[in-house]
Amino acid sequence: MKRFHQAKWDEPVIFELSTEGERGILIPKTEKEIEESVGDGLSVLPEKMIRKKPPSLPEISQMRVLKHYLRLSQECLGADLNIDIGQGTCTMKYNPKINEVFVRSPKASELHPLQDEGTVQGSLEIMYRLDLFLREISGMDRFTFQPGGGSQAIFGMVSIIHAYHKLKGEDKRDEIITTIFSHPSDAAAAAVKGYKVITIYPDADGLPDIEALKKAVSEHTAGLLITNPEDTGIFNPHIAEFTKIVHEAGGLCGYDQANANGILGITRAKEAGFDLCFFNLHKTFSSPHGCGGPATGALGVKKELIPFLPVPVVDYDGKKYSLNYDLPSTIGKIREFYGVFPAVLRAYAWIMGLGAEGLKEVANVAVLNNNYVLNRIKKIRGASFSFPKTENRIEQVRYSWEELTKDTGVTTEDIIRRMADFGFHLWTSHHPFIIPQPFTIEPTESYSKKEIDEYLDTLENIAKEAYENPEKVKNAPYNSVVHKIDQSMLDDPEKWAITWRSYLKKHRNNSGGT
Amino acid sequence: MKKLGLIVNPIAGMGGRVGLKGTDGIDTLEKAKKLEAKPWAEKRAKEAIEEIEYLKSRIKIITYPAPMGENVARNCGFLPEIIGNIETEETTASDTKRAAKDLYKMGVDLLLFAGGDGTARDIYDAIGESLIVLGIPAGVKIHSGVYASTPERAGKLASLYLEGKIKRVTVAEVMDIDEEKYRRGILSTRLYGYLRIPFEKNYIQGLKAPSPISERYNQEAIAFEIIENISDDLFYIIGPGTTTRAVMEKLGLDYSLLGVDLIYKKKLIGKDLNESELLKKIKGKKVRLIVTPIGGQGYVFGRGNQQISPEVIRSVGKENIIIIATKRKIESLLGRSLLLDTGNKILDRELSGYYRIVTGYRESIIYKVTSG
Repeated sequence: MKRFHQAKWDEPVIFELSTEGERGILIPKTEKEIEESVGDGLSVLPEKMIRKKPPSLPEISQMRVLKHYLRLSQECLGADLNIDIGQGTCTMKYNPKINEVFVRSPKASELHPLQDEGTVQGSLEIMYRLDLFLREISGMDRFTFQPGGGSQAIFGMVSIIHAYHKLKGEDKRDEIITTIFSHPSDAAAAAVKGYKVITIYPDADGLPDIEALKKAVSEHTAGLLITNPEDTGIFNPHIAEFTKIVHEAGGLCGYDQANANGILGITRAKEAGFDLCFFNLHKTFSSPHGCGGPATGALGVKKELIPFLPVPVVDYDGKKYSLNYDLPSTIGKIREFYGVFPAVLRAYAWIMGLGAEGLKEVANVAVLNNNYVLNRIKKIRGASFSFPKTENRIEQVRYSWEELTKDTGVTTEDIIRRMADFGFHLWTSHHPFIIPQPFTIEPTESYSKKEIDEYLDTLENIAKEAYENPEKVKNAPYNSVVHKIDQSMLDDPEKWAITWRSYLKKHRNNSGGT
Repeated sequence: MKKLGLIVNPIAGMGGRVGLKGTDGIDTLEKAKKLEAKPWAEKRAKEAIEEIEYLKSRIKIITYPAPMGENVARNCGFLPEIIGNIETEETTASDTKRAAKDLYKMGVDLLLFAGGDGTARDIYDAIGESLIVLGIPAGVKIHSGVYASTPERAGKLASLYLEGKIKRVTVAEVMDIDEEKYRRGILSTRLYGYLRIPFEKNYIQGLKAPSPISERYNQEAIAFEIIENISDDLFYIIGPGTTTRAVMEKLGLDYSLLGVDLIYKKKLIGKDLNESELLKKIKGKKVRLIVTPIGGQGYVFGRGNQQISPEVIRSVGKENIIIIATKRKIESLLGRSLLLDTGNKILDRELSGYYRIVTGYRESIIYKVTSG
């Protein structure tokens, strides 16, 4: 195993670095002539919206800001640093660096959403053409790039489902069906929209239970939101039957294809009977995840649902590209303007680079890599994979350390911390943990056999170590940024703090400014 | 310095090895001894206390003499404070109860006890919910939820609680198994009461996983869902359990935690009813039955709610059964189906199938229920 030690800075939170009066930029006072010409800026705001006290932002010079964030970045792992196959479901593939050159071009980086259409024909063309590509990939009839991520795209789907039934006067349809191994946002977005949520559990083979679906549908069914393959990496071959059952009950079917990496060019949403779908451009289509944004959940619909799409969509009359704000039944806006253009541009470049054949090859290699990983993990003592009756998996697998935990007391969290000692990351599972002591690996198409082997050799060695010296694994990490963290605070509403202000309030008895 | 109370029921678990299904009753104990059953409660208790050994300098163990805790504490390197007296090494239920009361008076922060369902009942009889307790599983067959899954887990959980790393507590079921009947092959259980235990949860979730909501919050959410849909035309039978209790609390009604209640137009019209009272009161009425799975195995009927007999269930009708369960309960089944053991195999088969189970406010799951 390779020797490794993570950088370790005793770096405070940026608010603690603040020194009163310190500034990054000293902004010159507005000259009189300018003020006379454009106003002072502030007085155009309604008086009630102007805050009495300035916000308690950190006051800090440029150079210290730079050092602060460089240090933090050294304390992180990421797809550009480690063999990032341990963050299953997230599709951590290579983000080609040439695409960064494109998005840093002033033509993209200086684009303003309120520019006249005549001055942004090239950008609109890219959006329009990416829409055409995704139509071909999914079989849907029109896409929008407005949603800023997967959950917003799901919210878009469920909003369209809602508007569709409302227009038909079917207000009593107040239930959305999903599965426990679909992404939790499918249930969450439906709940935010006001729906009752019915969740289906898997059968013994790990497939969503079709008998349960039959029990779930009724005259109250508004729609189905489902992932396929699910988090287990199992592809549901009866998916067309699922959509048929829901259609017969009068519901619409939305396909969560946030991660479509194993089925590009192989199966399509249309043939599976879906009415809506979305792709995360920051997963399958190689745009970086960007730590939660900015990203894009490209949302596509069948012809009948185009009038409901959020606006604007990009039109082309054969001569000129334009933004169309006039869709008769539009759900309005999921996010401002037309979406995150850099993500669209990167996805466009990636597809153009690969072509149709290349996309299919991506899926083939991702599936091959995954089944190679599966076959190696099968041989690791203490490891197993969920639903062993279903042997073949698509792009990822949810595994389990249940046996290892029973034998040694070492849990999946212990293994995860030990992996950090070798510069690797491993992830457990979405909540809830239906599979005991879970871990999820998704190798994508990006990594070589040599790299995948390096990762798995480390995992295998740690499992061995758990049997020989469990305490060593339980007390990991030793070479990481921090030692074992006391996580009890996460379970204590009196202590947990997700903002600095809340931290000051709960831990230092300080109201934290404005 | 934190004080840990320890009670070992030295005879717990003796019957299991020789197939006696428990040691309640002196005759059985004699039988067990004749069959050369070796006590193993002390061994199990030791496995738990070993997990706490590292806190030796920071906590004090208070316990009863010799096999009731002293031996175990000393074997693990503690210098325990010994209180109380026992007459022989073959202790009885009254010794357990006396020890629990004495430890309560000593003001222990946590009471660990090793035993089985009978021991949990004795602890409950002695101190009720006045102390935070935790069971080290050492009995033959354990149905009560107050026990950790393994002795190590009990020790680990106790140490986290004593160190202040776990602060929340929850209530867990004490089950009453009629061992006499059990020995004859009949599993007859009753919900006996509740004890307060440290709230265990796998709090290290992945970065993408939110912290699961608390059991209490989940129960309240279910209660709101049920109450929102209560119809004034219907009678509602409310089965035992803490999940169903939340419904009664939210309605502001008196209730029996361990028994079966009946409501109509959001008013209590029968409390702690037995089978024949239930049948009489629901005769000819339109009724819904609200039940929650009881015990670790996930039994919808037949564990702790036998008042809801096959005849009661038939007169309610399958389509009028509303099953409610917290997400934690469902997750703890790890995909196994919920179970039925009404006492009537034909009825169990009729009731088998998929149910829509209420798991939160406007949240439900479709889940399989099969005959046990």
